[in-house]
Amino acid sequence: MLGIDDPQIWLAYVFCVLSALGCMVYGALNWKGEDEEQTVKSNTPKATVQDQ
Amino acid sequence: MAVNTSTLILFVVVYLACTFYVARLGYKKNSQTDGYMLAGRQVHPAIMALSYGAAFISTSAIIGFGGVAASLGMGLLWLVFMNIFFGIFIAFVVFGPPTRRMGLNLGSITYPEFIGKRFQSRFIQGFSGLLIAVFMPLYAASVLIGAGRFLETTLGIDYNLALLIFTIIIASYVIKGGLLSVMYVDAMQGTLMLLGMAFLLVFTYSKLGGVVGAHQALTDMASLVPQALVDQGHRGWTAMPAFNSPIWWTMISTITLGVGIGVLAQPQLAVRFMTVKDDRSLKRAVLVGGPFILMMAGVAYVVGALSNVYFYRTTGMISLQVAGGNTDLIMPQFLNQAMPETFVALFMLSLLAAAMSTAAAQFHTMGTSIGHDFYQQGLMNGKSRGTAVHATKLGIAFTILVSVALAYILPVSIIARATAMFMGLCTSAFLPLYMGALFWKRTTRAGATASLVVGSLSSLFWLVFVHAKEAVPLKICLAIFGKETLLSGTWPLVDPILVATPLSFLTLIVVSLMTVPPSAEFLKRAYRLRFEDEEEELSEPASHKAVESTGV
Repeated sequence: MLGIDDPQIWLAYVFCVLSALGCMVYGALNWKGEDEEQTVKSNTPKATVQDQ
Repeated sequence: MAVNTSTLILFVVVYLACTFYVARLGYKKNSQTDGYMLAGRQVHPAIMALSYGAAFISTSAIIGFGGVAASLGMGLLWLVFMNIFFGIFIAFVVFGPPTRRMGLNLGSITYPEFIGKRFQSRFIQGFSGLLIAVFMPLYAASVLIGAGRFLETTLGIDYNLALLIFTIIIASYVIKGGLLSVMYVDAMQGTLMLLGMAFLLVFTYSKLGGVVGAHQALTDMASLVPQALVDQGHRGWTAMPAFNSPIWWTMISTITLGVGIGVLAQPQLAVRFMTVKDDRSLKRAVLVGGPFILMMAGVAYVVGALSNVYFYRTTGMISLQVAGGNTDLIMPQFLNQAMPETFVALFMLSLLAAAMSTAAAQFHTMGTSIGHDFYQQGLMNGKSRGTAVHATKLGIAFTILVSVALAYILPVSIIARATAMFMGLCTSAFLPLYMGALFWKRTTRAGATASLVVGSLSSLFWLVFVHAKEAVPLKICLAIFGKETLLSGTWPLVDPILVATPLSFLTLIVVSLMTVPPSAEFLKRAYRLRFEDEEEELSEPASHKAVESTGV
């Protein structure tokens, strides 16, 4: 596969690309959810930080 | 030299002007906040990710390890996978959020201070600071050597002069501007590195017959591996080395585990988690961090291995022979011979940027470790806080001098070793107690202290007396015991990380279970969740006030 005979090497090659793509998808999903999350946070009283 | 000098000078001047402009932006923001140590804790996720990546990937990762890939082959891609999965994803998503929250809850501004305050121990803070200040210059020196060698090959200027100019430029903005300047410059440099590596990848593949064509050509060259390497387990550049062979052990234990997992406990990287404003920023940063590492390390190792195809076609020799057996020279020679002139200049800047960003992060961390953690908190028991930034600046200047001195002394082919050695030491010394600090509330001060001491000492012991790669050239074992390594057989091939880290983990668990756990009240304070939009209300703001009071 990919001109590489040893599966231990082409698997590493494929895993590298897939893990980078996975990071992009994960990051993008978290970026997208920003608005709803911010609204929820700002409407929530700061109860848990009262113990400061 | 393949590049026109006037083009290169123009590129360098523009690049340096941009660097100082961006550093100034960071400095101006710094002066309004507590930014010298922690960049004001409001850094944009993309900037944090680029800064983390640029600090992580040095010229030695590209030149040194690219050269190692040219010699040992594409098995190094497992390291890239580990770097992305552990170094970015696990680091940002699992380690980052609790580090940020706890750092803020406990009012810590450096990595040693973070673990010190988490375990309420000035000894841990002081000892960690000392460990970083003593051993990080070795890693920093290897980064400086990488930069110096590349400038020497590309510009044809004297190595010593290159080293000196390079260091002075970095020192100027690190000492003056603090972490925010460093991170802004990192982000700019990271972008430049991305451009350079993207071009290198496309150019190499297109020149050698496409992705599959280039790989196939390299696969077909397996019979050209020198006999000396075959005897040690080398089976071609697109095949893993033979199981349990010396090369296999080097590749798996030192490189993959040492640098792959070791990155989780790197002080200069972990401190960056504390620079963003919320947990979500860390999760967003993954978007930039993952592909960045792929484009840096992944491209360097693939291109390094493929340089064999290029050199074989043009000179009839493999890369190692072209470079006269010195792996550090393979990448510079490939770049200078294979790439078009203008792009060599662009790429030279990318490499300069890679070295500068890593060195800047190291200088800042070493300086804060020796100035703030070791001297002020460890030696002075926190009594001279009024001069926090002043002591840090002196610390930075001092460690820079030590690093430069080491860069002159260290032997030529140590680039890849010094990086792996430092990361291994960090893993054994810091990873167990860092994980205990974040994820195991039962960890006690005594457990953490014992783990830190056992991890660092056993790692150093293995380096000096057992692991052949360091023990043999150091000659300390030979002088004391009359033989090169204390153990024989496979042991001298096993990296310290595989011995010292489990020992350190075991110590942490056993000692913690035998001692009194920290108070519930303290744990509640340390682990408290924080809202993204709340004001910073630190429970122990003394060190921040100290930073603010100096007006830096």
